[in-house]
Amino acid sequence: MTEASIDRRELLPQLFANPDDYLFVSGLAGAAKDTAALTEDGDNLYTMAGTMGAAVAMGLGVALNAPDRKVVVVTGDGELLMGIGSLVTVASMAPSNLSIVCIDNAQHGETGGQAGHTGQKTNLEAIAKGAGLPSTMTISEPDQIADGAAFLKSAAGPRFLLTRVLGSAPSVYKRNMDPAACRHRFRNAFLSAG
Amino acid sequence: MTQQPADEDWPATMFRLMADSGIDLFAYVPDAGNKQLIECADASNEAQTVLLTTEEEGLAICAGADLVGKRAVLCMQSSGLGNCVNYLSLVNGGKFPLLMMLSMRGDYGEQNPWQYPMGQAVEPIFEAMGVLTYKVESPEDLEKATMAALHATGSGGQSAAIILTQKFLGAKSF
Repeated sequence: MTEASIDRRELLPQLFANPDDYLFVSGLAGAAKDTAALTEDGDNLYTMAGTMGAAVAMGLGVALNAPDRKVVVVTGDGELLMGIGSLVTVASMAPSNLSIVCIDNAQHGETGGQAGHTGQKTNLEAIAKGAGLPSTMTISEPDQIADGAAFLKSAAGPRFLLTRVLGSAPSVYKRNMDPAACRHRFRNAFLSAG
Repeated sequence: MTQQPADEDWPATMFRLMADSGIDLFAYVPDAGNKQLIECADASNEAQTVLLTTEEEGLAICAGADLVGKRAVLCMQSSGLGNCVNYLSLVNGGKFPLLMMLSMRGDYGEQNPWQYPMGQAVEPIFEAMGVLTYKVESPEDLEKATMAALHATGSGGQSAAIILTQKFLGAKSF
Protein backbone atom coordinates (compact mmCIF):
# COMPACT_ATOMS: atom_id res chain seq x y z
CA MET A 1 0.00 0.00 0.00
CA THR A 2 1.19 3.55 -0.82
CA GLU A 3 2.69 5.36 2.13
CA ALA A 4 0.32 8.02 3.47
CA SER A 5 1.68 11.53 2.92
CA ILE A 6 -1.32 13.83 3.43
CA ASP A 7 -1.03 16.51 6.12
CA ARG A 8 -4.46 16.36 7.75
CA ARG A 9 -4.51 20.12 8.37
CA GLU A 10 -4.57 20.67 4.64
CA LEU A 11 -7.20 18.02 3.92
CA LEU A 12 -10.64 19.34 4.83
CA PRO A 13 -10.21 22.85 3.34
CA GLN A 14 -9.41 21.21 0.00
CA LEU A 15 -12.25 18.69 0.23
CA PHE A 16 -14.83 21.31 1.24
CA ALA A 17 -14.14 24.64 -0.43
CA ASN A 18 -17.52 25.99 0.71
CA PRO A 19 -18.09 24.53 4.19
CA ASP A 20 -21.28 26.57 4.69
CA ASP A 21 -22.98 24.33 2.12
CA TYR A 22 -22.94 21.32 4.47
CA LEU A 23 -24.14 20.05 7.81
CA PHE A 24 -21.19 18.46 9.62
CA VAL A 25 -21.05 15.93 12.43
CA SER A 26 -17.63 15.02 13.72
CA GLY A 27 -16.33 12.39 16.07
CA LEU A 28 -14.10 13.29 18.96
CA ALA A 29 -10.44 14.35 19.09
CA GLY A 30 -8.52 15.19 15.92
CA ALA A 31 -11.55 14.92 13.64
CA ALA A 32 -13.36 17.47 15.81
CA LYS A 33 -10.39 19.84 15.81
CA ASP A 34 -9.97 19.66 12.03
CA THR A 35 -13.69 20.19 11.39
CA ALA A 36 -13.91 23.02 13.91
CA ALA A 37 -11.00 24.73 12.16
CA LEU A 38 -12.70 24.24 8.78
CA THR A 39 -15.99 25.79 9.87
CA GLU A 40 -14.58 28.14 12.55
CA ASP A 41 -16.68 26.05 14.93
CA GLY A 42 -19.75 27.04 12.94
CA ASP A 43 -23.40 26.49 13.74
CA ASN A 44 -23.54 23.89 10.95
CA LEU A 45 -21.23 21.61 12.95
CA TYR A 46 -21.82 19.27 15.89
CA THR A 47 -18.55 18.00 17.33
CA MET A 48 -18.13 15.36 19.97
CA ALA A 49 -15.62 15.21 22.78
CA GLY A 50 -16.80 11.83 24.06
CA THR A 51 -19.17 9.02 23.01
CA MET A 52 -16.47 7.52 20.82
CA GLY A 53 -18.10 5.64 17.96
CA ALA A 54 -21.22 7.79 17.65
CA ALA A 55 -20.37 10.09 14.75
CA VAL A 56 -21.55 8.01 11.79
CA ALA A 57 -24.84 7.13 13.47
CA MET A 58 -25.49 10.73 14.46
CA GLY A 59 -24.76 11.86 10.92
CA LEU A 60 -27.15 9.21 9.67
CA GLY A 61 -29.87 10.58 11.94
CA VAL A 62 -29.27 14.06 10.54
CA ALA A 63 -29.15 12.88 6.92
CA LEU A 64 -32.37 10.86 7.14
CA ASN A 65 -34.22 13.82 8.61
CA ALA A 66 -32.74 16.59 6.49
CA PRO A 67 -32.92 14.97 3.05
CA ASP A 68 -32.51 18.30 1.25
CA ARG A 69 -29.18 19.08 2.92
CA LYS A 70 -25.73 17.68 2.24
CA VAL A 71 -24.53 15.96 5.42
CA VAL A 72 -20.90 15.07 6.15
CA VAL A 73 -19.51 12.91 8.94
CA VAL A 74 -15.84 13.46 9.73
CA THR A 75 -14.39 10.67 11.83
CA GLY A 76 -11.08 9.03 12.67
CA ASP A 77 -10.03 5.43 12.20
CA GLY A 78 -10.37 4.59 15.91
CA GLU A 79 -13.71 6.35 16.27
CA LEU A 80 -15.10 4.68 13.17
CA LEU A 81 -14.00 1.23 14.34
CA MET A 82 -15.73 1.69 17.69
CA GLY A 83 -19.08 2.12 15.91
CA ILE A 84 -18.24 0.15 12.78
CA GLY A 85 -21.68 -1.47 12.57
CA SER A 86 -23.12 1.95 11.74
CA LEU A 87 -21.70 1.58 8.23
CA VAL A 88 -24.05 -1.37 7.75
CA THR A 89 -27.02 0.67 8.93
CA VAL A 90 -26.00 3.52 6.61
CA ALA A 91 -25.84 1.10 3.69
CA SER A 92 -29.30 -0.31 4.41
CA MET A 93 -30.91 3.11 4.85
CA ALA A 94 -28.92 4.48 1.89
CA PRO A 95 -29.35 8.25 2.36
CA SER A 96 -27.95 9.75 -0.85
CA ASN A 97 -27.14 13.02 0.95
CA LEU A 98 -24.59 11.49 3.34
CA SER A 99 -20.82 11.49 2.97
CA ILE A 100 -18.41 9.93 5.44
CA VAL A 101 -14.80 11.13 5.52
CA CYS A 102 -12.47 9.04 7.64
CA ILE A 103 -9.18 10.68 8.58
CA ASP A 104 -7.04 7.59 9.07
CA ASN A 105 -3.73 8.24 10.80
CA ALA A 106 -3.44 4.63 11.95
CA GLN A 107 -3.07 5.72 15.54
CA HIS A 108 -4.92 6.96 18.61
CA GLY A 109 -3.60 10.51 18.45
CA GLU A 110 -5.57 11.97 21.34
CA THR A 111 -4.36 9.47 23.90
CA GLY A 112 -0.67 9.37 23.09
CA GLY A 113 -0.30 8.11 19.54
CA GLN A 114 -0.76 4.42 20.29
CA ALA A 115 -0.74 2.28 17.14
CA GLY A 116 -4.15 1.49 15.70
CA HIS A 117 -5.51 -1.44 13.72
CA THR A 118 -5.39 0.28 10.34
CA GLY A 119 -1.60 0.26 10.51
CA GLN A 120 -1.79 -3.53 10.69
CA LYS A 121 -4.14 -5.48 8.43
CA THR A 122 -7.37 -3.54 8.40
CA ASN A 123 -8.64 -1.64 5.35
CA LEU A 124 -11.56 0.59 6.23
CA GLU A 125 -12.52 1.26 2.60
CA ALA A 126 -12.90 -2.50 2.07
CA ILE A 127 -15.08 -2.66 5.19
CA ALA A 128 -17.26 0.20 3.92
CA LYS A 129 -17.58 -1.50 0.56
CA GLY A 130 -18.42 -4.79 2.25
CA ALA A 131 -21.02 -3.04 4.39
CA GLY A 132 -22.73 -2.13 1.15
CA LEU A 133 -21.96 1.55 0.61
CA PRO A 134 -22.39 2.25 -3.10
CA SER A 135 -19.36 4.53 -3.46
CA THR A 136 -16.01 4.21 -1.73
CA MET A 137 -12.56 5.68 -2.39
CA THR A 138 -9.14 5.89 -0.75
CA ILE A 139 -6.65 8.72 -1.05
CA SER A 140 -3.17 8.71 0.47
CA GLU A 141 -1.22 11.54 -1.21
CA PRO A 142 -1.71 15.31 -1.39
CA ASP A 143 -2.18 15.34 -5.15
CA GLN A 144 -5.14 12.95 -4.79
CA ILE A 145 -7.15 15.33 -2.59
CA ALA A 146 -8.74 17.01 -5.62
CA ASP A 147 -9.92 13.59 -6.80
CA GLY A 148 -11.38 13.03 -3.34
CA ALA A 149 -13.24 16.34 -3.55
CA ALA A 150 -14.65 15.38 -6.96
CA PHE A 151 -15.70 12.01 -5.56
CA LEU A 152 -17.59 13.68 -2.70
CA LYS A 153 -19.37 15.93 -5.20
CA SER A 154 -20.39 13.41 -7.79
CA ALA A 155 -20.29 9.80 -6.57
CA ALA A 156 -23.59 8.14 -5.70
CA GLY A 157 -24.39 8.48 -2.01
CA PRO A 158 -23.99 7.41 0.64
CA ARG A 159 -20.27 7.70 -0.05
CA PHE A 160 -17.20 6.84 1.98
CA LEU A 161 -13.84 8.53 1.52
CA LEU A 162 -10.88 7.03 3.35
CA THR A 163 -8.10 9.59 3.66
CA ARG A 164 -4.83 8.09 4.82
CA VAL A 165 -2.84 10.82 6.51
CA LEU A 166 0.51 11.35 8.23
CA GLY A 167 0.66 10.96 11.98
CA SER A 168 1.16 14.70 12.33
CA ALA A 169 -0.91 16.90 14.66
CA PRO A 170 -4.47 17.94 13.82
CA SER A 171 -5.55 21.56 13.47
CA VAL A 172 -5.37 23.81 16.51
CA TYR A 173 -8.77 25.31 17.20
CA LYS A 174 -10.48 26.07 20.50
CA ARG A 175 -14.05 24.90 20.02
CA ASN A 176 -17.10 25.01 22.24
CA MET A 177 -17.17 21.70 24.13
CA ASP A 178 -20.51 22.19 25.91
CA PRO A 179 -22.68 19.50 24.30
CA ALA A 180 -25.98 21.16 25.23
CA ALA A 181 -24.93 24.61 24.00
CA CYS A 182 -23.75 23.07 20.74
CA ARG A 183 -27.04 21.20 20.36
CA HIS A 184 -28.95 24.47 20.73
CA ARG A 185 -26.65 26.28 18.36
CA PHE A 186 -26.97 23.66 15.60
CA ARG A 187 -30.69 23.15 16.04
CA ASN A 188 -31.56 26.83 16.11
CA ALA A 189 -29.45 27.55 13.05
CA PHE A 190 -31.00 24.66 11.13
CA LEU A 191 -34.58 25.43 12.10
CA SER A 192 -34.30 29.18 11.52
CA ALA A 193 -32.87 28.52 8.06
CA GLY A 194 -36.13 26.71 7.30
CA MET B 1 -43.80 -19.10 23.71
CA THR B 2 -44.93 -15.81 25.09
CA GLN B 3 -48.00 -15.42 27.23
CA GLN B 4 -50.60 -13.24 25.59
CA PRO B 5 -50.66 -9.71 26.94
CA ALA B 6 -54.01 -8.60 28.26
CA ASP B 7 -54.52 -6.11 25.45
CA GLU B 8 -53.30 -7.46 22.15
CA ASP B 9 -53.84 -4.14 20.42
CA TRP B 10 -51.40 -2.21 22.59
CA PRO B 11 -48.76 -1.86 19.83
CA ALA B 12 -51.28 -0.11 17.58
CA THR B 13 -52.29 2.15 20.45
CA MET B 14 -48.70 2.99 21.28
CA PHE B 15 -47.83 3.62 17.64
CA ARG B 16 -50.79 5.95 17.21
CA LEU B 17 -49.90 7.94 20.34
CA MET B 18 -46.29 8.26 19.21
CA ALA B 19 -47.14 9.17 15.62
CA ASP B 20 -49.68 11.74 16.77
CA SER B 21 -46.96 13.30 18.94
CA GLY B 22 -44.66 13.67 15.94
CA ILE B 23 -42.45 10.63 16.39
CA ASP B 24 -41.63 9.67 12.83
CA LEU B 25 -38.45 7.62 13.14
CA PHE B 26 -38.39 4.27 14.94
CA ALA B 27 -34.85 2.96 15.49
CA TYR B 28 -34.77 -0.58 16.81
CA VAL B 29 -32.95 -3.75 17.62
CA PRO B 30 -35.52 -6.49 17.08
CA ASP B 31 -37.17 -7.95 20.17
CA ALA B 32 -40.36 -9.91 20.69
CA GLY B 33 -41.57 -6.94 22.75
CA ASN B 34 -41.24 -4.41 19.93
CA LYS B 35 -42.05 -6.63 16.92
CA GLN B 36 -45.60 -5.45 16.45
CA LEU B 37 -44.84 -1.80 17.20
CA ILE B 38 -42.24 -1.82 14.44
CA GLU B 39 -44.68 -3.60 12.13
CA CYS B 40 -47.16 -0.79 12.78
CA ALA B 41 -44.48 1.76 11.92
CA ASP B 42 -43.50 -0.15 8.78
CA ALA B 43 -47.11 -0.29 7.69
CA SER B 44 -47.54 3.44 8.13
CA ASN B 45 -46.48 6.07 5.64
CA GLU B 46 -45.98 8.52 8.52
CA ALA B 47 -42.90 6.81 9.90
CA GLN B 48 -39.59 5.29 8.91
CA THR B 49 -37.90 2.45 10.73
CA VAL B 50 -34.16 1.96 11.14
CA LEU B 51 -32.81 -1.50 11.92
CA LEU B 52 -29.69 -1.10 14.08
CA THR B 53 -26.63 -3.27 14.51
CA THR B 54 -26.41 -2.33 18.19
CA GLU B 55 -28.58 -0.26 20.50
CA GLU B 56 -26.26 2.69 21.16
CA GLU B 57 -26.30 3.45 17.47
CA GLY B 58 -29.97 4.26 17.93
CA LEU B 59 -29.28 6.88 20.57
CA ALA B 60 -26.90 8.66 18.20
CA ILE B 61 -29.41 8.45 15.34
CA CYS B 62 -32.19 9.84 17.54
CA ALA B 63 -29.85 12.66 18.66
CA GLY B 64 -29.08 13.42 15.02
CA ALA B 65 -32.80 13.59 14.28
CA ASP B 66 -33.21 16.03 17.17
CA LEU B 67 -30.49 18.27 15.75
CA VAL B 68 -32.74 18.95 12.77
CA GLY B 69 -35.94 19.27 14.79
CA LYS B 70 -37.37 15.77 14.43
CA ARG B 71 -38.59 13.33 17.07
CA ALA B 72 -37.58 9.69 17.16
CA VAL B 73 -37.74 6.68 19.46
CA LEU B 74 -35.24 3.92 20.22
CA CYS B 75 -36.92 0.54 20.78
CA MET B 76 -34.89 -2.22 22.37
CA GLN B 77 -34.83 -5.08 24.81
CA SER B 78 -33.67 -4.17 28.31
CA SER B 79 -30.37 -6.00 27.74
CA GLY B 80 -29.55 -3.42 25.05
CA LEU B 81 -29.47 -0.64 27.60
CA GLY B 82 -26.14 -2.05 28.76
CA ASN B 83 -24.73 -1.28 25.31
CA CYS B 84 -26.01 2.30 25.53
CA VAL B 85 -24.56 3.49 28.79
CA ASN B 86 -21.68 5.65 27.56
CA TYR B 87 -23.89 7.20 24.86
CA LEU B 88 -26.26 8.32 27.60
CA SER B 89 -23.47 10.85 28.26
CA LEU B 90 -24.49 12.51 25.01
CA VAL B 91 -28.16 12.36 25.94
CA ASN B 92 -27.62 13.72 29.43
CA GLY B 93 -24.80 16.18 28.81
CA GLY B 94 -26.31 17.44 25.57
CA LYS B 95 -29.82 17.66 27.03
CA PHE B 96 -31.17 15.69 24.11
CA PRO B 97 -34.81 14.93 24.98
CA LEU B 98 -34.67 11.37 23.64
CA LEU B 99 -37.36 8.74 23.98
CA MET B 100 -36.68 5.06 24.52
CA MET B 101 -39.03 2.08 24.67
CA LEU B 102 -37.67 -0.95 26.54
CA SER B 103 -39.18 -4.38 26.64
CA MET B 104 -38.00 -6.01 29.84
CA ARG B 105 -36.22 -9.27 30.42
CA GLY B 106 -34.99 -10.44 33.78
CA ASP B 107 -37.60 -8.83 35.93
CA TYR B 108 -40.77 -10.88 36.57
CA GLY B 109 -41.13 -14.56 35.80
CA GLU B 110 -37.86 -14.73 33.85
CA GLN B 111 -36.54 -18.29 33.44
CA ASN B 112 -33.26 -17.43 31.70
CA PRO B 113 -30.53 -16.68 34.25
CA TRP B 114 -28.51 -14.70 31.67
CA GLN B 115 -31.18 -12.02 31.63
CA TYR B 116 -31.30 -11.15 35.33
CA PRO B 117 -28.16 -9.05 35.88
CA MET B 118 -28.94 -6.49 33.17
CA GLY B 119 -32.67 -6.59 33.75
CA GLN B 120 -32.20 -5.73 37.40
CA ALA B 121 -29.73 -2.95 36.50
CA VAL B 122 -32.08 -1.08 34.16
CA GLU B 123 -33.60 1.31 36.66
CA PRO B 124 -30.35 2.10 38.54
CA ILE B 125 -28.67 2.87 35.20
CA PHE B 126 -31.45 5.17 34.07
CA GLU B 127 -31.42 6.92 37.42
CA ALA B 128 -27.63 7.30 37.35
CA MET B 129 -27.73 8.79 33.84
CA GLY B 130 -30.67 11.12 34.41
CA VAL B 131 -33.29 9.39 32.26
CA LEU B 132 -36.89 9.38 33.53
CA THR B 133 -38.74 6.05 33.52
CA TYR B 134 -42.42 5.26 32.99
CA LYS B 135 -43.36 1.66 33.73
CA VAL B 136 -46.16 -0.32 32.17
CA GLU B 137 -47.25 -3.13 34.48
CA SER B 138 -50.85 -3.52 33.39
CA PRO B 139 -52.93 -2.67 30.31
CA GLU B 140 -54.32 0.39 32.08
CA ASP B 141 -50.78 1.80 32.39
CA LEU B 142 -50.00 1.65 28.69
CA GLU B 143 -51.60 4.80 27.40
CA LYS B 144 -50.83 6.87 30.51
CA ALA B 145 -47.17 5.86 30.63
CA THR B 146 -46.74 6.41 26.90
CA MET B 147 -48.29 9.86 27.06
CA ALA B 148 -46.27 10.79 30.15
CA ALA B 149 -43.05 9.84 28.37
CA LEU B 150 -44.11 11.69 25.21
CA HIS B 151 -44.84 14.85 27.21
CA ALA B 152 -41.58 14.54 29.14
CA THR B 153 -39.57 14.23 25.90
CA GLY B 154 -41.69 16.80 24.09
CA SER B 155 -42.24 20.20 25.66
CA GLY B 156 -40.83 18.79 28.92
CA GLY B 157 -37.37 18.66 27.40
CA GLN B 158 -36.34 15.53 29.34
CA SER B 159 -35.02 12.16 28.21
CA ALA B 160 -37.32 9.31 29.16
CA ALA B 161 -37.94 5.60 28.76
CA ILE B 162 -41.18 3.66 28.59
CA ILE B 163 -40.54 0.34 30.31
CA LEU B 164 -42.76 -2.56 29.32
CA THR B 165 -42.42 -4.96 32.23
CA GLN B 166 -42.77 -8.73 32.10
CA LYS B 167 -45.87 -8.40 34.25
CA PHE B 168 -47.36 -6.66 31.23
CA LEU B 169 -45.65 -8.53 28.39
CA GLY B 170 -45.55 -11.97 29.96
CA ALA B 171 -42.40 -14.06 30.33
CA LYS B 172 -40.95 -16.36 27.71
CA SER B 173 -40.99 -20.08 28.57
CA PHE B 174 -37.79 -22.18 28.46
